Amino acid sequence: MSDRHHGHDHDHAAIEHAEASAGYYELLGSAVRELLIEKGVITAEEERRTIEAMDKRGPHLGARVVARAWSDPAFKKRLIADGTAAVEELGIEMAPTKLKVVENTPEVHNLIVCTLCSCYPRMLLGLPPDWYKSRAYRSRSVREPRSVLAEFGTDILDKVEVRVHDSTADLRYLVVPLRPEGTDGMSEAKLADLVTRDSMIGVALARPAHAPT
Amino acid sequence: MSPRFVVGDRVRVREAWPPGHLRTPAYIRGKRGIVCQHVGDFGNPETLAYGGDGQPRQPLYRVHFPQASVWPDYRGSAADSLEVEIYQHWLDPDQHWLYPEKGAT
Repeated sequence: MSDRHHGHDHDHAAIEHAEASAGYYELLGSAVRELLIEKGVITAEEERRTIEAMDKRGPHLGARVVARAWSDPAFKKRLIADGTAAVEELGIEMAPTKLKVVENTPEVHNLIVCTLCSCYPRMLLGLPPDWYKSRAYRSRSVREPRSVLAEFGTDILDKVEVRVHDSTADLRYLVVPLRPEGTDGMSEAKLADLVTRDSMIGVALARPAHAPT
Repeated sequence: MSPRFVVGDRVRVREAWPPGHLRTPAYIRGKRGIVCQHVGDFGNPETLAYGGDGQPRQPLYRVHFPQASVWPDYRGSAADSLEVEIYQHWLDPDQHWLYPEKGAT
């Protein structure tokens, strides 16, 4: 509420600032995009369709996979053994990367980070949140994971192993969180509602079955 | 390139600092761990990044490290661990290291 220069309170950056903020890499990106279109390597229509396809992907896909794993032990077994092949059963294509699924248990809590950049299972979760790409998350998750988890409100008991996976190369990781108590007999669709993006990265647990209202 | 390591092998990450595009994080170089999975063989990112063909393909492993051996002042449970994907040419055998048996996944 610091700014009253055109007659109303507002706490967002002034629009003219936002417009003027294109940095070096944004300009480079635009230049490359325009050149690719100008040279006929891609068309603007192809680019638009690709962006639309990317925007359609989101955590609802990963949640479906987790809900299936919770409901179908045979599927979960296949998912852990070969994540790439198992999600293909649900029509999700991982290529050119491979999927590694790690399961939280009463003994092990898994946490995913990419310290080198921001590798993320976009096929299953869509675009990564900004914090996942931040320097702080990337450096601290491998160094002091329990503090990072606590900041997300996730306290892991000392007797539970915190296992951090650094996604440095050709695998993408998905966490199967612990199935919440009191969800026996719940449908896959209802279960999927309990599976949040953050629980599939490992910074949080799945929602409780009866969330406080 | 054929895989040189099998699950359970004790390894040490090469402590090298070559220039260029690398997928071996600096913090893990020189650290000791245990191979927990041979993921497959992949084009070498160190040449792929510069328009090369990535050949020969490199076996890629997931390697399990006890946190306490990566960070001497690590604060957490003694069982806490890190698992990192590392290409074969960054690993040396280290069979004499006495790894705490727990942890291979």
